[in-house]
Amino acid sequence: MKVKIYTKLKESVLDPQGQAVTGGLKNLGFNTIKSVRIGKVIDIVLDDMSALEAQSQIKKMCEQLLANTVIEDYNFTFEIEGKSYSF
Amino acid sequence: MYGVVVFPGSNCDHDCYHVIKHVTKKPAQFIWHKQDSIDKNIKTIILPGGFSYGDYLRSGALAQFSPIIKAVKKFAQSGGLVIGICNGFQILCEAHMLPGVLMRNKSLKFICKNLPLKVVNNKLPFTKGYKENQVITLPIAHADGNYYAEKETIAELEKYNQIVFRYCSPDGEITDQFNPNGSIGNIAGITNRDGNVLGMMPHPERCAEELLGNTDGKIIFESLGNN
Repeated sequence: MKVKIYTKLKESVLDPQGQAVTGGLKNLGFNTIKSVRIGKVIDIVLDDMSALEAQSQIKKMCEQLLANTVIEDYNFTFEIEGKSYSF
Repeated sequence: MYGVVVFPGSNCDHDCYHVIKHVTKKPAQFIWHKQDSIDKNIKTIILPGGFSYGDYLRSGALAQFSPIIKAVKKFAQSGGLVIGICNGFQILCEAHMLPGVLMRNKSLKFICKNLPLKVVNNKLPFTKGYKENQVITLPIAHADGNYYAEKETIAELEKYNQIVFRYCSPDGEITDQFNPNGSIGNIAGITNRDGNVLGMMPHPERCAEELLGNTDGKIIFESLGNN
């Protein structure tokens, strides 16, 4: 099964990269830009398992390594038998 | 005996070893990160600067799972002295041996220069050779040195005198103007509650010899004495 994990800086944490990109997009003439926040996408392929088991395992991966929860939030999505799950 | 840990991607390990062995003339040995125990006669461990594991994912994030880190944690719990310099500080934070995290510099740039620092805690085994509030000059060389922790954590660090170095003006003023990377409270180095684990972004090992024009960093190694 394929899992997509997203990590990004918490709203309360300053994102200088996002700010720089905001400026860049504005310079290109995209004046509708209000704000940009930058994160990471991590694609993982897991053995097939129940949604409950997958949720628990992925949560542990995020907490222990993939996200630094002092500054980052994470969420993830996966599909089992055509049904989408997102946490 | 000093132990200098070598991770894949460490690049200040030899500088640390050189200063200990050839400048302050103390015994030192390298410790490969795959080792899972620490020699009994080692009293001080150094996690050197560099780019362990290529800084992949986040600086220091992957090194925390090297076998040696478990041993370093145990070593620190039983009172052993640990210094993390630059990438070593990032590793100590990721391994939860020190609170907070070192984020990308506010300017998004890699900064490499000599900067004045105030020694705000000189009661530690690492800093007892400095005077209280002494202004020293050490070089920094990092892209991820912007220290961040939640408000409550910063309040605790202040309360228990865990902030060791702050970036300042040449006269010792601690202001935003003299904050190179956006660190909260100009923090450049902190210690744990017990005062035996030090993390710092500046590089004392790069300014410990007359030949290099500055010996302010040598005092840290001298303070540790025969450890």
